[in-house]
Amino acid sequence: MAYVSIADRDHEVEHHDPDTFISKYVWSQDHKVIAIQYGVLAILIGLVGMLLSSAFRLQLGFPDMFEFINPENYYQFVTIHGMIMVIYLLTALFLGGFGNYLIPLQLGSRDMVFPFMNMLSVWVYALSVLILVASFFVPGGATGAGWTLYPPHAISPGTPGTDWGIVLMLLSLAVFIVAFTMGGLNYVTTVLQARCKGMTLMRMPLSVWGIFMATILGLLAFPALLVSAIMMLFDKLLGTSFFMPAMIQAGVATDTVGGSPVLFQHLFWFFGHPEVYIVALPAFGLVSDLLSTHARKNIFGYRMMVWAIIAIGGLSFIVWAHHMYVSGMNPYFGFFFATTTLIIAVPTALKVYNWVLTLWQGNIHLRVPMLFAIAFIFTFTHGGLTGLFLGNVTIDLPLSDTYFVVAHFHMVMGVSPVLVVFGAIYHWYPKMTGRMYNETLGKWHFWLTFLGTYSLYLPMHYLGFLGVPRRYFAMGNTEFMPDSAVTLNASMTISALIIAATQLIFIYNMIWSLKHGEKSGGNPWKSTSLEWQTPDTPPKHGNWGHSLPEVHRWAYDYSVPGQAEDFTPQTVPESEVPVGRDHGVDS
Amino acid sequence: MYITLIFLGIIMATVIVWLLRQTFNTQPWISEAADNEVSGASMDTNTKAVALTVFLAVATSVFALFISAYTIRMEEPDWRPITEPTLLWANTLMLILASIAYHWTRGAAVKGIDSRVKPGLTVAGVLTVLFLIGQLVAWQQLNAAGYYLDLNPANAFFFLLTAVHGLHMLGGLWVWARSTMKVWTGADSDSVRLSIELCTVYWHFLLLVWIVLFGMLLST
Ligand code: HEM
Ligand SMILES: [Cu+2]
Repeated sequence: MAYVSIADRDHEVEHHDPDTFISKYVWSQDHKVIAIQYGVLAILIGLVGMLLSSAFRLQLGFPDMFEFINPENYYQFVTIHGMIMVIYLLTALFLGGFGNYLIPLQLGSRDMVFPFMNMLSVWVYALSVLILVASFFVPGGATGAGWTLYPPHAISPGTPGTDWGIVLMLLSLAVFIVAFTMGGLNYVTTVLQARCKGMTLMRMPLSVWGIFMATILGLLAFPALLVSAIMMLFDKLLGTSFFMPAMIQAGVATDTVGGSPVLFQHLFWFFGHPEVYIVALPAFGLVSDLLSTHARKNIFGYRMMVWAIIAIGGLSFIVWAHHMYVSGMNPYFGFFFATTTLIIAVPTALKVYNWVLTLWQGNIHLRVPMLFAIAFIFTFTHGGLTGLFLGNVTIDLPLSDTYFVVAHFHMVMGVSPVLVVFGAIYHWYPKMTGRMYNETLGKWHFWLTFLGTYSLYLPMHYLGFLGVPRRYFAMGNTEFMPDSAVTLNASMTISALIIAATQLIFIYNMIWSLKHGEKSGGNPWKSTSLEWQTPDTPPKHGNWGHSLPEVHRWAYDYSVPGQAEDFTPQTVPESEVPVGRDHGVDS
Repeated sequence: MYITLIFLGIIMATVIVWLLRQTFNTQPWISEAADNEVSGASMDTNTKAVALTVFLAVATSVFALFISAYTIRMEEPDWRPITEPTLLWANTLMLILASIAYHWTRGAAVKGIDSRVKPGLTVAGVLTVLFLIGQLVAWQQLNAAGYYLDLNPANAFFFLLTAVHGLHMLGGLWVWARSTMKVWTGADSDSVRLSIELCTVYWHFLLLVWIVLFGMLLST
C-alpha cells in the first residue's frame, strides 16, 4: 500500500489559522485547545468533587460536630463525589484531555480526523457537567443513591433527590456518553488512520496505546450505562418496572411489580468494571512514558506492555460480577468470576514488573514527574494486592461493603491515576505552555499528596477489617467502632483536609508558572517522542509547520550504547545518529 | 447477559486478533527508514468509513445490551407477552425495500450514473419515512388495544426497543436529507457518493437489527 498521509490525501482540508478570540479559544477545533478545555473543565469539577469529600469526611471524622452536614446532604455529597471523580474528572481528563493533546502530537498528525465533532464533544461534555451541577439546585437536591445508583432505592422516596436529582443525574450521564462517543470515534479513527509516515502501531508511545485501548473499552462499555440510565428513566418517569420490584413502602404496596434490581447491577457493572480500566489504561500508558524518559532507559518489554494492555482490555469485559458476589449469585458463577478476576491480575502484574525493571540500573532523575510516576508504582501495587483479596469470593463476603473496599478502590482508582495525572501534567506542562513549573512547589505538592494519601487510606483498610460498613452517616456506639477506630477516623479526616489544601499549591504553581516560569525550550526532558520535536513550543495550529514528520524508530531510544547523546528522537534516521561516547546505562 | 457477551466477544476478538496481527513479528526497537512500506494508515480506505465501522460497533453494543436486558427481564413471572400488530410485517417490508433502494442508488453513484441517483435517493428516503410512520401507527394500535407502556414490561420493552431503533433511523435520515438536498440542488453524484455508500451500510445494518428485534418480539 503506497503511503499517502491523511493531510496530503484530502486536498480540501486546509488548515486555516483561526484568527478571532472566539474561534481560537472558545469554538476552537484545534485538538490542543480542546484538550486544555477538557482538562481545565475536568479539574474544576474535580475540585468540586474534592470539596464534597472534605465535607463528608468532616462528618466521618467528627460526627455531628458540623451542623451543616445532615444525613440527606451527606449522601448527596458521597454520591456526587464518586460520580464526579470516576466519570467527569478521570474519564474526561484522561481521554478528553490527554487523549486530545497527545494522540495527534505523538503520532505526527495535524489534528484529530474530525475536528468539528471534536469541538462538539467538549461542549457537550460541558453541558453534562452543567446538568450535574444543576442537580444540586433543583427541588429535593441531587441524588443520594451512591455512585452505583442501585434501584430500587435510587428512585424510591426516602433517598435524597428522588424527584429531580436522579433524573438530572441520569440525563447528565446520557449526555456525557454522547460527548464521549463523539470524542472516542475521533481518537480511535485518528490512531488508526492519521499516523505520520513511519509510525507503525508498534512504534506508538505507550501513552497512545493506553488511551487507544481505553477508548475502545469506553465505546463498548458506556452503552451499558446508557442502557441502564434509559431504562431507569423509564421506571422513574413513565412508571414502567424494568428494575422496580414489588415493594411495600410505609405500609403500602407500590404499584411496581416484578422488576429486577439485579438486572440493573449486571448492566451497571458491565459498564463499571471496564470503566475502572478506562481510567487505569491511560494511566498505565502515561506512566510508562514518564518512567522511561526520566530513567533514561527504554521501557522494559515494550511488546509485552502492548500485549498486556490488549489482554487487560479484553479480559475486563468478563469480570464484572465480582462486584456482585453478595447479590446471591449461583456459586459456579462466583467461581467463574473469581477465576477471571485473578487471571486479569496476571497481565497487570506483568506491567508492574516491567515498570520496576525499567528503573533497574536506569539513570534516574528524580524530577517532579518522576516522583509522581514512582509513587504510582507503590500505590498501584498496593491497591492491586487488595484487589486480589476481594477477588476471592470467600474473602470478599465479609469485606464487601466495608471500608476495605473503599480503601481498595481509592488506592487503585483514586490515588494511583491521580498521581499519574499530576505527573503527566508536570511532564507536559512545558510543551503546553513553553514554560517550566516551579520545581520546589512541585516537590512540596508531591510529598504532601503522596504521604497524605497514604495516611488517609492505609488506616482505612484496618477499619474495613474491623467490619466498619461504608455509606453510613453515623456509626454510633457499635461494636466495630472501638476507640482506636474513632481516633483513626479523626486522623484520616485531618489527612484528607491536608491533601485537599495541598492541591492549592498545585493550582497556584500552574497559574504562577504561566507567567513567571523559566522558558523551557522545545524539549526540556530530552525526550524522543514526536510531541517534543515540534517546530514551535507550544505547538502552533497544525502542529508541524510545512511538512509532517517522518518516523524512523520507536519512542524509546534512550541511552543506546555507542551513540553520542543519551536519546535519539523518533525523527532521526539511522544514518544521522551522532556516534560517540558510550552511553551504556551504567555510565 | 450471554447475548451481549457473544456480540462483544466477537467484536473484542476481532479487535484483538487484528491488533495482534499488526503487532506480532515486529521488532519495534530496530530502526528502519520511513519508506513507503511503513505506512501511517492502518486501513486503505476513507477515514469516514473507519469511523462508521467503529460507530456500528457501538450501536451493536447498545442493541445487544437491550436484548440481554430483555431476555433477563422476560424470566420474571409478571411478564405477559403481547400480540404484535400485523402492521409490523408491512413496516418490515418497507424497510427491506428502503435498503434495496439505497443499495441500488449506491450502485448508480459508484458507476457515476447521475440520472439514477436522484430517484434512488428519494425512493429510499420515502420508504424509510413510511417505515417510521408505520411504527408510530403500530404504537397507536397497541395503545388502543390496551397494551399500555407501564402495564407490563413486555409492553414497555416493545415501545423502548422500537423507539431506540427509530431514533437510529432518524439519525440516518438526517444524513440522507443532507445528500438529497445536495442532489436536488444540482450537485453531481460524485459529491454525494461517499455519503451514499456509508448510508447504504448503515441502512443494511439497521435492517438487520430490526429483523433481529422483530424476530425476538414475535417469538416471545
Ligand atoms: C488486580 C486487579 C483487581 C482485582 C482483583 C480487583 C477486585 C475487586 C473486587 C473483587 C471488588 C469488589 C469488592 C466488593 O464490592 O466487595 C473491587 C472493587 C472495586 N475496584 Fe477493584 N480490583 C482490581 C483492580 C482494580 C483497578 C485497576 C481499579 C481501578 C483503576 C479498580 C477499581 C475498583 C472500584 C472502583 C471498586 C469499587 C466499586 C464500588 O463498589 O463502589 N480495581 N475490586
Ligand atoms: Cu471490578
